[in-house]
Amino acid sequence: MEFILITGRTIDQGKFKEHAKITEKYMESVAVCEMHIDDMMKIGVRDGDNIKVITKDGSVVVKVKRSKRIKTPGVVFIPFGPWVNSILPSETEGTGMPQLKGFKVRIEPTSEPVPDIKELLLKTYGSKK
Amino acid sequence: MQVVSGVLCPFCGCCCDDLEVIVENNTIVDVRNACALGASKFMEYATHRNTKPLIRKNGELVETTLDEAIKQCAKILAEASYPLLYGWSNTSCEAIKVGLELAEEVGGVIDNTSTVCHGPSILAIQEVGIPGCTLGQIRHRADLIIYWGSNPWSAHPRHLERYTALSEGRFQRAAWKRYLSRLILESARKRRYRAAGRVLKGGAAALPPTEEERRMLPPPEERKLVIIDVQKTRSADLADIFIKVEPGGDYDVLQALRALIRDEELDVDRVAGVPIEELEELADLMVNCRFGIIFFGLGLTMSVGKSRNVEAAIKLTRDLNMYTKFLIMPMRGHFNVTGANIVFTWQTGYPYAVDFSHGYPRYNPGETSAIDILSRGDADAALIVASDPVSSFPRRAVENLVKMPLVVIDPCMTPTALMADVVIPSAFVGIEAEGTAYRMDHVPLPLKKIAEPPKGVLPDAEILQRILHEVREIKGVS
Ligand code: SF4
Repeated sequence: MEFILITGRTIDQGKFKEHAKITEKYMESVAVCEMHIDDMMKIGVRDGDNIKVITKDGSVVVKVKRSKRIKTPGVVFIPFGPWVNSILPSETEGTGMPQLKGFKVRIEPTSEPVPDIKELLLKTYGSKK
Repeated sequence: MQVVSGVLCPFCGCCCDDLEVIVENNTIVDVRNACALGASKFMEYATHRNTKPLIRKNGELVETTLDEAIKQCAKILAEASYPLLYGWSNTSCEAIKVGLELAEEVGGVIDNTSTVCHGPSILAIQEVGIPGCTLGQIRHRADLIIYWGSNPWSAHPRHLERYTALSEGRFQRAAWKRYLSRLILESARKRRYRAAGRVLKGGAAALPPTEEERRMLPPPEERKLVIIDVQKTRSADLADIFIKVEPGGDYDVLQALRALIRDEELDVDRVAGVPIEELEELADLMVNCRFGIIFFGLGLTMSVGKSRNVEAAIKLTRDLNMYTKFLIMPMRGHFNVTGANIVFTWQTGYPYAVDFSHGYPRYNPGETSAIDILSRGDADAALIVASDPVSSFPRRAVENLVKMPLVVIDPCMTPTALMADVVIPSAFVGIEAEGTAYRMDHVPLPLKKIAEPPKGVLPDAEILQRILHEVREIKGVS
């Protein structure tokens, strides 16, 4: 199913990035996708299940979290971080700035695990020689 | 035990300078007055940090000496034909100054993190100018405070309390009590709705709103808070008015407001999902306030329209000045991103994305900006200072960044450092090293040193000086 993705800051993302981005707490705070309950039912997932978020640039597995804040079905939110950035488009339309809020993504349930930071880097960018 | 007062928080663009840090045997044991983000930085900076210079050998990062790491970094930069020097917003102005000298020496491109936050705002400001002020003025005088596409509760937690709606100004009262009673009413309403949902047919919707649940604006002389965003954030819970815009609809709403404040009729019921009555009410508030301010965030710069959204917001502010005093300010993220723009500008004439490859500074965002250079695969080496582009850049840019020789100067092992060829640990500016930072309203403030860095770990400015010296040695310039 297609959704509009918004990325942004959260208190936890800010707090745990100071604890170092290689920690589990940081991963728990940013490798999550907040969704409206109606959307979760539509794609058949429950709080804490894994989902695959797909764009034309790639896909990433994150955990789904029921959002109390998103009031409009169809809009999903992922905090800034390496997980969401690994699927974002790079086009800047001559401004130097890619569009990081409000673009289309496809979301489907998955049984694949959420990669930790090292696995994510390895899977997305390969190993450094 | 030593109490250091008047400490500046090196986290967000609010640059709160009223922190008290308690130090015992060179360890920070407590911090007062900081928000959760600032406190987390002071209390946790020493855990998980990197203190050893690292160099990549046979695919693995292994320990090396500082001299060796600096030599290797200088070699990479001196041999590259188009190196990218990126980061700079989480370090001091003194370090940025040396970074610019280094970029000129190696004929590279130097860019700071505004390229992926308020770069579009800078482009808009260069088109139409900006009516700005200091945060002190707002604290004392502003009676209409608007946050547009910004969630200060999560990104700048003390902004409301120090500079705007919740601050006690000389001519404006803090609105704490009003917000507290609203929060209490709101939680009572939720409880009632939940109970009604269980017993009434038709659920909570069958319960008509009571008198106190209808929105009531505070009296005209009191300070008002308006939040405009695509979702009801925590900041929006505090607002006197919350306006929910459809994603990507900010430009339409801004232009509609420009028409409404000129008393033009709009022949539609809604603009980007916002009922026209709500916009008329906001336009009235704007025109009738005595001192208004719009703080705008990444909701405008990162959404479709980018610099055009900001341009429309500035033009709205300009129009409003026909009726009253109105100002506008970007909510800057990193604590010294404003300083990066300022130092770049006084050294080169341009605020970010500066290209020295022709021997003189050139500026053309979209061409000389970090994401574009990396996405095209133009750069052939990179130096990253106090930043983590592997976490914050989109995929294609990162794919090319990690392929090239990559040097990282950072106090922490970031995802970028994990992919680097040379990692040089540095002291935390504002905790282990002094310097200067610019607050989001362009006020320069001193960063304090409150603890000694680990042995052998130098501040960014000193590391960069040594790299610059090495580069000059390699190039045979004195
Ligand atoms: S609001 Fe920003 S500067 Fe102030 S204490 Fe919090 S993180 Fe630090």
